[in-house]
Amino acid sequence: MEREQTLIMKRKPRIIGNYAIVGPKEGQGNFGKYFDYVMKNDYFGESTFEKAERKMLESAISGVISNAKLSPKDIDIMVGGDLLNQIISSSYAARAFEFPFVGVYGACSTMAESMAIGSVLIDGGYCNNVVCCTGSHFSTAERQYRFPLELGNQRPPTSQWTITGAGACVLSMNGDGPKISSVTFGKVVDWGINDVNDMGAAMAAAARDTLLNHLENTKTKVGDYDLILTGDLGKLGSEILIDLMDEEGIDLGVNYGDCGQMYFKREQGTLCGGSGAGCCATIFNSYVMKKFREGKLKKVLFMPTGALLSTTSSQQGDTVPGVCHAIVVES
Amino acid sequence: MEDKRRNEQYNRYIQSKIPKTKAWPTLFRSFVIGGMICLLGQGINDLIMLGFPQISQTSAWAYTLVCLIFLASILTGFGVYDQIGKYAGGGSIVPITGFSNSITSPSIEFKSEGIIYGICVKMFTIAGPVIVFGVVSSVAVGLIYWVIGLF
Repeated sequence: MEREQTLIMKRKPRIIGNYAIVGPKEGQGNFGKYFDYVMKNDYFGESTFEKAERKMLESAISGVISNAKLSPKDIDIMVGGDLLNQIISSSYAARAFEFPFVGVYGACSTMAESMAIGSVLIDGGYCNNVVCCTGSHFSTAERQYRFPLELGNQRPPTSQWTITGAGACVLSMNGDGPKISSVTFGKVVDWGINDVNDMGAAMAAAARDTLLNHLENTKTKVGDYDLILTGDLGKLGSEILIDLMDEEGIDLGVNYGDCGQMYFKREQGTLCGGSGAGCCATIFNSYVMKKFREGKLKKVLFMPTGALLSTTSSQQGDTVPGVCHAIVVES
Repeated sequence: MEDKRRNEQYNRYIQSKIPKTKAWPTLFRSFVIGGMICLLGQGINDLIMLGFPQISQTSAWAYTLVCLIFLASILTGFGVYDQIGKYAGGGSIVPITGFSNSITSPSIEFKSEGIIYGICVKMFTIAGPVIVFGVVSSVAVGLIYWVIGLF
Protein backbone atom coordinates (compact mmCIF):
# COMPACT_ATOMS: atom_id res chain seq x y z
CA MET A 1 0.00 0.00 0.00
CA GLU A 2 1.63 3.25 -1.06
CA ARG A 3 -0.03 5.48 1.48
CA GLU A 4 -1.60 4.92 4.84
CA GLN A 5 -4.93 6.68 4.99
CA THR A 6 -6.01 5.49 8.41
CA LEU A 7 -5.81 7.67 11.51
CA ILE A 8 -5.84 5.75 14.78
CA MET A 9 -7.68 7.58 17.56
CA LYS A 10 -5.66 7.78 20.75
CA ARG A 11 -8.35 9.15 23.04
CA LYS A 12 -11.23 7.39 21.31
CA PRO A 13 -14.10 9.89 21.14
CA ARG A 14 -17.50 8.56 22.10
CA ILE A 15 -20.81 8.86 20.33
CA ILE A 16 -22.99 10.12 23.15
CA GLY A 17 -26.14 11.04 21.25
CA ASN A 18 -27.93 10.11 18.08
CA TYR A 19 -31.09 11.19 16.30
CA ALA A 20 -32.81 10.27 13.04
CA ILE A 21 -35.80 11.86 11.36
CA VAL A 22 -37.33 10.49 8.14
CA GLY A 23 -40.17 11.00 5.70
CA PRO A 24 -43.36 8.90 5.57
CA LYS A 25 -42.18 6.45 2.89
CA GLU A 26 -38.97 5.80 4.81
CA GLY A 27 -41.03 5.31 7.96
CA GLN A 28 -42.83 2.45 6.25
CA GLY A 29 -39.55 0.82 5.25
CA ASN A 30 -37.65 -1.94 7.01
CA PHE A 31 -36.21 0.34 9.71
CA GLY A 32 -39.40 2.31 10.41
CA LYS A 33 -39.63 1.43 14.09
CA TYR A 34 -36.09 2.58 14.89
CA PHE A 35 -36.39 6.20 13.80
CA ASP A 36 -36.90 8.95 16.36
CA TYR A 37 -39.41 10.85 14.28
CA VAL A 38 -41.38 10.09 11.12
CA MET A 39 -42.76 13.13 9.29
CA LYS A 40 -46.40 13.03 8.25
CA ASN A 41 -45.65 14.43 4.80
CA ASP A 42 -42.66 15.52 2.75
CA TYR A 43 -43.36 19.23 3.25
CA PHE A 44 -42.92 19.08 7.05
CA GLY A 45 -45.14 22.15 7.41
CA GLU A 46 -43.01 24.29 5.08
CA SER A 47 -43.86 25.92 1.75
CA THR A 48 -41.07 24.31 -0.28
CA PHE A 49 -39.17 21.01 -0.17
CA GLU A 50 -35.86 22.85 0.27
CA LYS A 51 -37.20 24.52 3.41
CA ALA A 52 -38.50 21.15 4.57
CA GLU A 53 -35.03 19.63 4.19
CA ARG A 54 -33.56 22.51 6.17
CA LYS A 55 -36.14 22.12 8.94
CA MET A 56 -35.48 18.40 9.02
CA LEU A 57 -31.79 19.08 9.65
CA GLU A 58 -32.63 21.69 12.27
CA SER A 59 -34.80 19.27 14.18
CA ALA A 60 -32.16 16.54 13.87
CA ILE A 61 -29.58 18.91 15.37
CA SER A 62 -31.76 20.03 18.26
CA GLY A 63 -32.96 16.46 18.70
CA VAL A 64 -29.48 15.06 19.00
CA ILE A 65 -28.33 17.74 21.45
CA SER A 66 -31.15 16.86 23.82
CA ASN A 67 -30.60 13.15 23.20
CA ALA A 68 -27.01 13.64 24.38
CA LYS A 69 -28.42 15.48 27.45
CA LEU A 70 -26.52 18.62 26.53
CA SER A 71 -27.59 22.15 25.75
CA PRO A 72 -26.56 24.10 22.61
CA LYS A 73 -23.99 26.08 24.61
CA ASP A 74 -22.05 22.86 25.30
CA ILE A 75 -21.44 22.29 21.59
CA ASP A 76 -18.02 23.46 20.39
CA ILE A 77 -18.49 22.95 16.69
CA MET A 78 -20.81 21.37 14.17
CA VAL A 79 -19.62 19.47 11.09
CA GLY A 80 -22.17 18.67 8.41
CA GLY A 81 -23.28 18.82 4.83
CA ASP A 82 -25.94 17.78 2.37
CA LEU A 83 -26.52 17.20 -1.32
CA LEU A 84 -27.97 20.51 -2.47
CA ASN A 85 -25.93 23.06 -4.40
CA GLN A 86 -23.71 25.11 -2.08
CA ILE A 87 -24.87 22.79 0.77
CA ILE A 88 -27.63 25.24 1.60
CA SER A 89 -29.63 22.89 3.80
CA SER A 90 -26.97 22.41 6.44
CA SER A 91 -25.62 25.97 6.23
CA TYR A 92 -29.10 27.42 6.65
CA ALA A 93 -29.89 24.94 9.40
CA ALA A 94 -26.68 26.02 11.17
CA ARG A 95 -27.95 29.60 11.05
CA ALA A 96 -30.45 28.69 13.76
CA PHE A 97 -27.70 27.78 16.21
CA GLU A 98 -25.00 29.72 17.99
CA PHE A 99 -22.09 27.32 17.56
CA PRO A 100 -19.51 27.42 14.72
CA PHE A 101 -20.21 25.36 11.62
CA VAL A 102 -17.89 23.51 9.26
CA GLY A 103 -19.65 22.67 6.02
CA VAL A 104 -18.38 19.58 4.24
CA TYR A 105 -19.39 17.86 1.05
CA GLY A 106 -18.84 14.18 0.47
CA ALA A 107 -22.10 13.49 -1.36
CA CYS A 108 -23.65 10.43 0.28
CA SER A 109 -20.51 9.74 2.33
CA THR A 110 -21.00 12.97 4.27
CA MET A 111 -22.06 11.25 7.52
CA ALA A 112 -18.77 9.34 7.85
CA GLU A 113 -16.80 12.30 6.56
CA SER A 114 -18.20 14.66 9.17
CA MET A 115 -17.85 12.06 11.93
CA ALA A 116 -14.24 11.44 10.91
CA ILE A 117 -13.45 15.16 11.00
CA GLY A 118 -15.30 15.49 14.31
CA SER A 119 -13.32 12.58 15.80
CA VAL A 120 -10.04 14.15 14.76
CA LEU A 121 -11.04 17.49 16.31
CA ILE A 122 -11.86 15.77 19.59
CA ASP A 123 -8.88 13.42 19.52
CA GLY A 124 -6.56 16.35 18.95
CA GLY A 125 -7.98 17.93 22.10
CA TYR A 126 -9.41 20.93 20.32
CA CYS A 127 -13.08 20.25 21.04
CA ASN A 128 -15.17 18.55 23.67
CA ASN A 129 -18.52 18.12 21.99
CA VAL A 130 -19.01 18.01 18.23
CA VAL A 131 -22.30 17.65 16.39
CA CYS A 132 -22.13 15.77 13.09
CA CYS A 133 -25.12 15.83 10.81
CA THR A 134 -26.32 15.31 7.29
CA GLY A 135 -29.56 14.77 5.43
CA SER A 136 -31.22 14.53 2.06
CA HIS A 137 -34.70 14.94 0.62
CA PHE A 138 -36.16 12.93 -2.25
CA SER A 139 -37.97 15.85 -3.83
CA THR A 140 -35.10 18.35 -3.68
CA ALA A 141 -32.63 15.79 -5.01
CA GLU A 142 -34.91 14.75 -7.86
CA ARG A 143 -35.32 18.36 -8.81
CA GLN A 144 -31.61 19.08 -8.76
CA TYR A 145 -30.31 15.90 -10.36
CA ARG A 146 -33.17 14.43 -12.38
CA PHE A 147 -36.69 15.30 -13.56
CA PRO A 148 -39.74 17.07 -12.12
CA LEU A 149 -41.74 14.86 -9.75
CA GLU A 150 -44.89 14.86 -11.86
CA LEU A 151 -43.17 13.95 -15.13
CA GLY A 152 -44.55 10.66 -16.44
CA ASN A 153 -41.27 8.88 -17.09
CA GLN A 154 -40.01 5.47 -16.07
CA ARG A 155 -37.03 4.99 -13.78
CA PRO A 156 -34.22 2.80 -15.11
CA PRO A 157 -33.84 -0.53 -13.29
CA THR A 158 -30.50 0.52 -11.76
CA SER A 159 -31.88 3.72 -10.23
CA GLN A 160 -32.20 4.27 -6.50
CA TRP A 161 -34.57 6.26 -4.35
CA THR A 162 -33.14 9.28 -2.50
CA ILE A 163 -33.97 9.05 1.17
CA THR A 164 -35.96 11.84 2.79
CA GLY A 165 -34.32 11.99 6.16
CA ALA A 166 -31.65 13.51 8.35
CA GLY A 167 -29.37 11.97 10.92
CA ALA A 168 -27.15 13.56 13.54
CA CYS A 169 -24.86 12.44 16.33
CA VAL A 170 -22.85 14.08 19.08
CA LEU A 171 -19.23 13.07 19.53
CA SER A 172 -17.67 13.79 22.89
CA MET A 173 -14.77 13.04 25.20
CA ASN A 174 -17.11 12.76 28.18
CA GLY A 175 -20.19 10.66 28.55
CA ASP A 176 -21.22 7.21 27.60
CA GLY A 177 -21.55 5.46 24.27
CA PRO A 178 -19.67 3.50 21.63
CA LYS A 179 -16.15 4.70 20.77
CA ILE A 180 -14.62 5.66 17.46
CA SER A 181 -11.28 3.88 17.34
CA SER A 182 -10.01 4.74 13.87
CA VAL A 183 -11.00 6.65 10.75
CA THR A 184 -9.90 6.13 7.16
CA PHE A 185 -10.26 9.02 4.76
CA GLY A 186 -10.83 7.78 1.23
CA LYS A 187 -9.20 8.64 -2.07
CA VAL A 188 -11.32 9.78 -5.00
CA VAL A 189 -11.57 6.77 -7.27
CA ASP A 190 -12.86 6.84 -10.85
CA TRP A 191 -13.16 3.62 -12.81
CA GLY A 192 -14.77 5.21 -15.81
CA ILE A 193 -18.47 4.67 -15.14
CA ASN A 194 -20.53 7.01 -17.30
CA ASP A 195 -24.09 6.18 -16.37
CA VAL A 196 -25.48 8.59 -13.78
CA ASN A 197 -28.27 6.13 -13.08
CA ASP A 198 -25.75 3.56 -12.00
CA MET A 199 -23.90 5.28 -9.19
CA GLY A 200 -23.59 2.04 -7.24
CA ALA A 201 -21.06 0.79 -9.78
CA ALA A 202 -19.09 4.05 -9.63
CA MET A 203 -18.99 4.06 -5.83
CA ALA A 204 -18.21 0.35 -5.41
CA ALA A 205 -14.71 0.97 -6.77
CA ALA A 206 -14.15 3.64 -4.10
CA ALA A 207 -15.51 1.36 -1.39
CA ARG A 208 -13.09 -1.37 -2.51
CA ASP A 209 -10.16 1.04 -2.36
CA THR A 210 -10.96 2.36 1.13
CA LEU A 211 -11.80 -1.07 2.50
CA LEU A 212 -8.54 -2.62 1.27
CA ASN A 213 -6.55 0.31 2.61
CA HIS A 214 -8.35 0.21 5.94
CA LEU A 215 -7.97 -3.54 6.46
CA GLU A 216 -4.26 -3.38 5.68
CA ASN A 217 -3.54 -0.35 7.86
CA THR A 218 -5.43 -1.64 10.86
CA LYS A 219 -4.26 -5.23 10.32
CA THR A 220 -7.82 -6.43 10.70
CA LYS A 221 -9.84 -8.96 8.76
CA VAL A 222 -13.44 -8.82 7.60
CA GLY A 223 -14.31 -11.36 10.29
CA ASP A 224 -13.10 -9.02 13.06
CA TYR A 225 -16.14 -6.81 12.55
CA ASP A 226 -19.68 -7.64 13.63
CA LEU A 227 -20.94 -5.51 10.79
CA ILE A 228 -19.43 -3.86 7.76
CA LEU A 229 -21.92 -1.29 6.61
CA THR A 230 -21.71 0.61 3.34
CA GLY A 231 -23.99 3.57 2.66
CA ASP A 232 -25.96 3.55 -0.54
CA LEU A 233 -24.34 1.20 -3.02
CA GLY A 234 -27.79 -0.28 -3.44
CA LYS A 235 -28.61 -3.78 -4.54
CA LEU A 236 -26.45 -3.73 -7.65
CA GLY A 237 -23.54 -1.79 -6.15
CA SER A 238 -23.24 -4.00 -3.09
CA GLU A 239 -23.19 -7.11 -5.30
CA ILE A 240 -20.41 -5.47 -7.30
CA LEU A 241 -18.44 -4.70 -4.13
CA ILE A 242 -18.77 -8.34 -3.04
CA ASP A 243 -17.42 -9.40 -6.45
CA LEU A 244 -14.58 -6.86 -6.35
CA MET A 245 -13.51 -7.98 -2.89
CA ASP A 246 -13.77 -11.59 -4.00
CA GLU A 247 -11.21 -10.85 -6.71
CA GLU A 248 -8.88 -9.65 -3.95
CA GLY A 249 -9.42 -12.90 -2.11
CA ILE A 250 -11.53 -11.29 0.61
CA ASP A 251 -14.91 -12.80 1.34
CA LEU A 252 -17.46 -10.21 2.44
CA GLY A 253 -19.63 -12.61 4.32
CA VAL A 254 -22.88 -12.42 6.22
CA ASN A 255 -21.57 -9.54 8.30
CA TYR A 256 -21.67 -7.21 5.29
CA GLY A 257 -24.69 -5.01 4.63
CA ASP A 258 -25.62 -1.97 2.61
CA CYS A 259 -28.02 0.65 4.02
CA GLY A 260 -29.51 1.46 0.64
CA GLN A 261 -30.21 -2.14 -0.20
CA MET A 262 -31.84 -2.88 3.15
CA TYR A 263 -33.79 0.36 3.53
CA PHE A 264 -37.05 -0.35 1.73
CA LYS A 265 -39.41 -3.26 1.39
CA ARG A 266 -39.62 -4.83 -2.04
CA GLU A 267 -43.21 -3.70 -2.65
CA GLN A 268 -42.21 -0.05 -2.16
CA GLY A 269 -40.90 -0.03 -5.73
CA THR A 270 -37.52 1.57 -5.18
CA LEU A 271 -35.67 -0.69 -7.67
CA CYS A 272 -32.05 -0.84 -6.45
CA GLY A 273 -32.89 0.59 -3.01
CA GLY A 274 -32.29 3.82 -1.13
CA SER A 275 -29.61 6.42 -1.68
CA GLY A 276 -28.69 9.92 -0.59
CA ALA A 277 -26.78 11.37 2.32
CA GLY A 278 -29.71 10.68 4.62
CA CYS A 279 -29.69 6.97 3.78
CA CYS A 280 -26.81 5.77 5.92
CA ALA A 281 -27.13 8.77 8.28
CA THR A 282 -30.60 7.73 9.43
CA ILE A 283 -29.77 4.02 9.73
CA PHE A 284 -26.52 4.60 11.57
CA ASN A 285 -28.07 7.07 13.98
CA SER A 286 -31.02 4.85 14.78
CA TYR A 287 -30.68 1.12 14.17
CA VAL A 288 -26.90 0.76 14.50
CA MET A 289 -26.67 2.95 17.61
CA LYS A 290 -29.58 1.12 19.22
CA LYS A 291 -27.91 -2.25 18.59
CA PHE A 292 -24.74 -0.89 20.20
CA ARG A 293 -26.67 0.12 23.30
CA GLU A 294 -28.32 -3.28 23.45
CA GLY A 295 -24.89 -4.85 23.20
CA LYS A 296 -25.80 -6.75 20.02
CA LEU A 297 -23.05 -5.01 18.06
CA LYS A 298 -19.52 -4.64 19.37
CA LYS A 299 -17.40 -3.55 16.42
CA VAL A 300 -18.71 -1.94 13.26
CA LEU A 301 -16.94 -0.66 10.17
CA PHE A 302 -19.14 2.11 8.85
CA MET A 303 -18.07 3.11 5.34
CA PRO A 304 -20.57 5.14 3.32
CA THR A 305 -19.69 6.02 -0.25
CA GLY A 306 -20.39 9.15 -2.26
CA ALA A 307 -20.61 9.82 -5.99
CA LEU A 308 -18.88 13.13 -6.56
CA LEU A 309 -20.63 14.20 -9.74
CA SER A 310 -22.74 17.21 -10.62
CA THR A 311 -25.33 17.65 -13.34
CA THR A 312 -22.84 19.82 -15.25
CA SER A 313 -20.07 17.21 -15.18
CA SER A 314 -22.39 14.45 -16.30
CA GLN A 315 -23.92 16.56 -19.08
CA GLN A 316 -20.42 17.29 -20.32
CA GLY A 317 -19.86 13.56 -20.58
CA ASP A 318 -17.51 13.19 -17.62
CA THR A 319 -17.28 9.92 -15.72
CA VAL A 320 -18.53 9.54 -12.15
CA PRO A 321 -15.82 9.61 -9.45
CA GLY A 322 -16.56 8.05 -6.08
CA VAL A 323 -15.21 8.41 -2.57
CA CYS A 324 -15.58 6.32 0.55
CA HIS A 325 -14.73 7.29 4.10
CA ALA A 326 -14.64 4.67 6.82
CA ILE A 327 -14.89 4.84 10.58
CA VAL A 328 -14.61 2.06 13.11
CA VAL A 329 -17.06 2.17 15.98
CA GLU A 330 -16.65 -0.19 18.89
CA SER A 331 -18.27 -0.58 22.26
CA MET B 1 -2.78 2.74 -20.05
CA GLU B 2 -3.31 0.12 -17.41
CA ASP B 3 -6.06 2.25 -15.90
CA LYS B 4 -7.80 2.51 -19.24
CA ARG B 5 -7.79 -1.25 -19.69
CA ARG B 6 -9.09 -1.74 -16.14
CA ASN B 7 -11.87 0.81 -16.72
CA GLU B 8 -12.95 -0.86 -19.95
CA GLN B 9 -12.94 -4.21 -18.24
CA TYR B 10 -14.92 -2.83 -15.32
CA ASN B 11 -17.49 -1.24 -17.63
CA ARG B 12 -17.90 -4.53 -19.50
CA TYR B 13 -18.39 -6.36 -16.23
CA ILE B 14 -20.95 -3.77 -15.07
CA GLN B 15 -22.85 -4.03 -18.35
CA SER B 16 -23.17 -7.76 -17.86
CA LYS B 17 -24.39 -7.22 -14.31
CA ILE B 18 -27.00 -4.50 -14.88
CA PRO B 19 -30.61 -5.67 -14.70
CA LYS B 20 -32.23 -5.26 -18.09
CA THR B 21 -35.69 -3.87 -18.79
CA LYS B 22 -37.95 -6.63 -20.05
CA ALA B 23 -38.84 -5.59 -23.60
CA TRP B 24 -42.09 -7.45 -24.29
CA PRO B 25 -44.14 -6.56 -21.18
CA THR B 26 -42.96 -2.95 -21.49
CA LEU B 27 -43.89 -2.77 -25.16
CA PHE B 28 -47.27 -4.35 -24.47
CA ARG B 29 -48.09 -1.89 -21.69
CA SER B 30 -47.09 1.15 -23.76
CA PHE B 31 -49.12 -0.22 -26.70
CA VAL B 32 -52.24 -0.64 -24.56
CA ILE B 33 -52.08 2.73 -22.78
CA GLY B 34 -50.89 4.61 -25.89
CA GLY B 35 -53.71 3.01 -27.88
CA MET B 36 -56.24 3.96 -25.21
CA ILE B 37 -55.11 7.59 -25.35
CA CYS B 38 -55.50 7.57 -29.15
CA LEU B 39 -58.90 5.94 -28.80
CA LEU B 40 -59.93 8.66 -26.36
CA GLY B 41 -58.76 11.30 -28.86
CA GLN B 42 -60.77 9.68 -31.64
CA GLY B 43 -63.80 9.56 -29.33
CA ILE B 44 -63.50 13.27 -28.50
CA ASN B 45 -63.11 14.07 -32.20
CA ASP B 46 -66.22 12.05 -33.12
CA LEU B 47 -68.24 13.70 -30.33
CA ILE B 48 -67.23 17.16 -31.55
CA MET B 49 -68.20 16.27 -35.10
CA LEU B 50 -71.51 14.89 -33.81
CA GLY B 51 -72.32 17.88 -31.61
CA PHE B 52 -71.18 20.58 -34.04
CA PRO B 53 -71.76 19.30 -37.59
CA GLN B 54 -71.07 22.73 -39.05
CA ILE B 55 -67.31 22.78 -38.17
CA SER B 56 -64.69 21.29 -40.46
CA GLN B 57 -62.68 18.14 -39.73
CA THR B 58 -59.48 20.20 -39.45
CA SER B 59 -60.97 22.43 -36.75
CA ALA B 60 -62.35 19.37 -34.96
CA TRP B 61 -58.83 17.91 -34.85
CA ALA B 62 -57.52 21.14 -33.34
CA TYR B 63 -60.26 21.10 -30.67
CA THR B 64 -59.46 17.45 -29.93
CA LEU B 65 -55.80 18.30 -29.33
CA VAL B 66 -56.79 21.14 -27.01
CA CYS B 67 -59.01 18.76 -25.03
CA LEU B 68 -56.25 16.13 -24.73
CA ILE B 69 -53.67 18.71 -23.69
CA PHE B 70 -56.08 20.09 -21.10
CA LEU B 71 -56.91 16.66 -19.71
CA ALA B 72 -53.25 15.63 -19.43
CA SER B 73 -52.39 18.92 -17.76
CA ILE B 74 -55.18 18.48 -15.20
CA LEU B 75 -54.14 14.88 -14.53
CA THR B 76 -50.53 16.03 -14.05
CA GLY B 77 -51.69 18.59 -11.50
CA PHE B 78 -53.60 15.92 -9.58
CA GLY B 79 -50.52 13.69 -9.58
CA VAL B 80 -52.14 11.01 -11.74
CA TYR B 81 -50.22 11.34 -15.00
CA ASP B 82 -46.86 10.34 -13.54
CA GLN B 83 -48.49 7.19 -12.21
CA ILE B 84 -49.80 6.41 -15.71
CA GLY B 85 -46.35 7.16 -17.08
CA LYS B 86 -44.65 4.87 -14.58
CA TYR B 87 -46.82 2.03 -15.89
CA ALA B 88 -47.05 2.90 -19.58
CA GLY B 89 -43.59 4.31 -20.35
CA GLY B 90 -43.46 5.42 -23.98
CA GLY B 91 -47.18 4.82 -24.34
CA SER B 92 -48.00 7.97 -22.43
CA ILE B 93 -44.95 10.00 -23.53
CA VAL B 94 -45.38 9.81 -27.31
CA PRO B 95 -48.97 11.14 -27.66
CA ILE B 96 -49.56 14.88 -27.25
CA THR B 97 -50.64 14.22 -23.65
CA GLY B 98 -47.00 13.41 -22.87
CA PHE B 99 -45.96 16.75 -24.30
CA SER B 100 -48.54 18.47 -22.13
CA ASN B 101 -47.23 16.59 -19.08
CA SER B 102 -43.65 17.59 -19.88
CA ILE B 103 -44.64 21.27 -19.80
CA THR B 104 -46.99 21.13 -16.82
CA SER B 105 -44.71 19.11 -14.55
CA PRO B 106 -41.75 21.55 -14.49
CA SER B 107 -44.20 24.43 -14.15
CA ILE B 108 -45.58 22.88 -10.98
CA GLU B 109 -42.16 21.89 -9.73
CA PHE B 110 -40.56 25.33 -10.10
CA LYS B 111 -43.51 27.35 -8.88
CA SER B 112 -41.50 27.96 -5.71
CA GLU B 113 -38.96 30.08 -7.65
CA GLY B 114 -41.64 32.57 -8.71
CA ILE B 115 -43.63 33.19 -11.87
CA ILE B 116 -40.89 34.57 -14.14
CA TYR B 117 -37.75 32.69 -13.02
CA GLY B 118 -39.63 29.62 -11.91
CA ILE B 119 -42.66 28.79 -14.00
CA CYS B 120 -41.89 30.70 -17.21
CA VAL B 121 -38.19 29.92 -17.44
CA LYS B 122 -38.39 26.28 -16.43
CA MET B 123 -41.59 25.46 -18.32
CA PHE B 124 -39.72 24.35 -21.44
CA THR B 125 -36.75 22.59 -19.83
CA ILE B 126 -38.02 19.21 -21.01
CA ALA B 127 -40.28 20.18 -23.91
CA GLY B 128 -37.81 22.73 -25.30
CA PRO B 129 -35.80 20.27 -27.43
CA VAL B 130 -39.06 18.88 -28.86
CA ILE B 131 -40.08 22.37 -29.94
CA VAL B 132 -36.65 23.15 -31.39
CA PHE B 133 -36.58 19.94 -33.41
CA GLY B 134 -40.19 20.47 -34.44
CA VAL B 135 -39.45 23.95 -35.79
CA VAL B 136 -36.17 22.94 -37.46
CA SER B 137 -37.67 19.90 -39.14
CA SER B 138 -40.70 21.86 -40.34
CA VAL B 139 -38.33 24.39 -41.92
CA ALA B 140 -36.44 21.53 -43.60
CA VAL B 141 -39.67 19.95 -44.86
CA GLY B 142 -40.85 23.36 -46.08
CA LEU B 143 -37.60 23.82 -48.03
CA ILE B 144 -37.93 20.39 -49.65
CA TYR B 145 -41.54 21.19 -50.51
CA TRP B 146 -40.50 24.50 -52.06
CA VAL B 147 -37.69 22.88 -54.11
CA ILE B 148 -40.07 20.22 -55.41
CA GLY B 149 -42.57 22.97 -56.34
CA LEU B 150 -39.95 24.61 -58.57
CA PHE B 151 -40.09 21.74 -61.08
